[in-house]
Amino acid sequence: MVDVRSGIGEALPPPEVEDVELYHPHSWWTRYVFSQDAKIIAIQYATTAIAIGMVALVLSWLIRLQLGFPGTFDFIDADAYYQFITMHGMIMVIYLLTALFLGGFGNYLIPLMVGARDMVFPYANMLSYWIYLLAVLVLVASFFAPGGPTGAGWTLYPPQAVLSGTPGGKDWGIILMLSSLIIFIIGFTMGGLNYVVTVLQGRARGMTLMRLPLTVWGIFTATVMALLAFPALFVACVMMLFDRLLGTSFFMPAIVEMGEQLQHGGGSPILFQHLFWFFGHPEVYIVALPAFGIVSDLISTHARKNIFGYRMMVWAIVIIGGLSFIVWAHHMYVSGMNPYFGFFFATTTLIIAVPTAIKVYNWVLTLWRGNIHLTLPMLFALGFIVTFVNGGLTGLFLGNVVVDVPLSDTMFVVAHFHMVMGVAPIMVIFGAIYHWYPKITGRMLNEALGQIHFWVTFVGAYLIFFPMHYVGLVGVPRRYYELGEMAFVQESVHSLNAFISVMALIVGAAQIVFLFNLAWSLRHGREAGGNPWRATTLEWQTPETPPPHGNWGKELPVVYRWAYDYSVPGAPEDFIPQNQPTPGLVTHETAS
Amino acid sequence: MSVAVIFLTLVAAVIVWWLAQQRLASRPWLEVGHRYDRRSGAPLPAAKIGLGVFLGVVGALFSLAISAYFMRMASSDWGSLPLPALLWVNTGILAVGSVTLHRAKVEAERRDDEATRTALLAALAGGLAFLVGQLFAWRELTAAGYLLAGNPANSFFYLLTGMHGLHIVGGLVALGRLTLRAWGGPLDRRMRLTVELCAIYWHFMLFVWLVLFALFSGWASDVVDFCRQLLT
Repeated sequence: MVDVRSGIGEALPPPEVEDVELYHPHSWWTRYVFSQDAKIIAIQYATTAIAIGMVALVLSWLIRLQLGFPGTFDFIDADAYYQFITMHGMIMVIYLLTALFLGGFGNYLIPLMVGARDMVFPYANMLSYWIYLLAVLVLVASFFAPGGPTGAGWTLYPPQAVLSGTPGGKDWGIILMLSSLIIFIIGFTMGGLNYVVTVLQGRARGMTLMRLPLTVWGIFTATVMALLAFPALFVACVMMLFDRLLGTSFFMPAIVEMGEQLQHGGGSPILFQHLFWFFGHPEVYIVALPAFGIVSDLISTHARKNIFGYRMMVWAIVIIGGLSFIVWAHHMYVSGMNPYFGFFFATTTLIIAVPTAIKVYNWVLTLWRGNIHLTLPMLFALGFIVTFVNGGLTGLFLGNVVVDVPLSDTMFVVAHFHMVMGVAPIMVIFGAIYHWYPKITGRMLNEALGQIHFWVTFVGAYLIFFPMHYVGLVGVPRRYYELGEMAFVQESVHSLNAFISVMALIVGAAQIVFLFNLAWSLRHGREAGGNPWRATTLEWQTPETPPPHGNWGKELPVVYRWAYDYSVPGAPEDFIPQNQPTPGLVTHETAS
Repeated sequence: MSVAVIFLTLVAAVIVWWLAQQRLASRPWLEVGHRYDRRSGAPLPAAKIGLGVFLGVVGALFSLAISAYFMRMASSDWGSLPLPALLWVNTGILAVGSVTLHRAKVEAERRDDEATRTALLAALAGGLAFLVGQLFAWRELTAAGYLLAGNPANSFFYLLTGMHGLHIVGGLVALGRLTLRAWGGPLDRRMRLTVELCAIYWHFMLFVWLVLFALFSGWASDVVDFCRQLLT
């Protein structure tokens, strides 16, 4: 129970955070294009990420057309199919999810939620976006390069990634892919330094770490992890570029290509796998932790109840972040490693289930007897919990070596990771956009279109990926262009595949409704006011909506309480904003 | 991957130490008022924290590359690379640069602008001399037939020295801009901070170079072997 009276009459401490001299844009170009304002950069990041994400969505349609109706479409040959799955995976994981969660939501929400005027290094922040855009352009260029994009699979395993049997292996594809990743990492590091240091140094007076909304905790921890994990991918990409362009043998063993002995020799493909998954597994949580954080805030706000077990939630985020660095080899059970290593990595993998399960319990307990408003953000948050639990449970299957070995190369794995790191984080992204769009634009998104979007996406995603588990369990291998004559593949698998493909087309089409809603509501949406969800966190307390450059007007906010004072007994309103010293002072302007 | 894991353990220790001071066990739902913010009056400048985080990233980069070095070293085709004596000279130059920048920092704190400028210029020259020295070392090796693709030991030598050299180039750009500004007028608070940051960066790159040098000369693998014997 909160003592609603304390905090009155205390002398305000001197400002620990210096009010910074803001960069003042002089022209339209520096205000909206080469802007150093984190909010503009966030919108640029998000727009670019969604645009390239739509490319990946179309690629997934093409993949499903081939799998559902093999042989029907002439333009999808085996090479094209491998290029589609590679680019789909890489774009979705790195250029959409990572960029949108950290570059998009990180940039928009961190300064507003911690009560800062902007990021601490605005210039580096601007560079971060433009370098990200360059990385995306290099990636897109590979579609038009001779030989097309790489078809090595999103894991880019050598030696096949740089051999002529793989699309793009001896052409531009792999070179552009590796270059794009290197550029992306350089750009991300600039942004990442901003996110971390802003949380460390830019917090408003009274904003202790334990008063941060869980969104900020999630994004902060994920950024720290990304800063430490991306160098592994960086090193791997540079070394593979050397192998491909300069004839070194970091990863390339002695190998015969098209009957010709290559000059490579002695290199270790396993070394690449270690480096790749040293990045690749934390990457899963780099995407998941911001989602965890955001969904906690959505649930608390829209159930009008404080988050259950805030401390436990913070600890769980930090522990998951730490543990995720010592589980990478569970992606390599089938690489022929020492069984004791397998045992170690299986143990650490299964231990991660503990803090993760704590988070799920806490979300459910927050909902328990809450005043649940089935708004669009809440619907998507609920959709996230369901899909995440589902994907997490199959993760427990795959974390065990003996279960993983037979399932590793089947569609079961595809269903698992799409459920847990595809559908689940995307649900959170949608929920977050429906939640914060009113703050970003000043208008609400259309409710009816949103309902269509949610139900088609949620039910449709289930109808896509739930049957896929069964397809995998009967042994249908993944990565295959077509199944051909396989005795164990029943007729029902083929019809199931066709069904999945039709659902994929429908779910993809529902995203067009969403994009239309984003554009339409910009002008025609209902006026939102400053705090339409009656939320407590600082970003809803800005004097103007959408917040202008500098966010806070003359005075930086002072924080008096944690982020979850909903339905406090004795308070006149069912929420108390973080910058409200006493509940009696809730004014009508902030409430409506 | 043990080197990378050890490095990350160190980073994790720093993070845990820092988190331990953040009252993670407090009950924020019971605490209303601003008096719970215990941050002291003068926070560290953001740029300094930013540099610290960046050095963590650079450290992760090099520790992962060194991990790869040890893993690749285990294969049978690993040759040896005679280290040019010039590398000793380069090491000396880099160390002198580090000392000079430290001197610049001390002079800047004592508000002696003239001495600071001289020290900055000397450090800049030292950095350039180091880079030129590294290029000569590369030339010496290629002339002796130790080409990039000839042997994994060569490949790693060029890769790691190249990566280190690029970081020095980055440092020189920052140092060059600072020197230009310092010669343009009296040093203000921001410039003095930048001098200190340049010095920290230089010390770190010297440390990285010493580790790399130990690696190439084989002492590092002797140490690793010794540790391995202790463990088994």
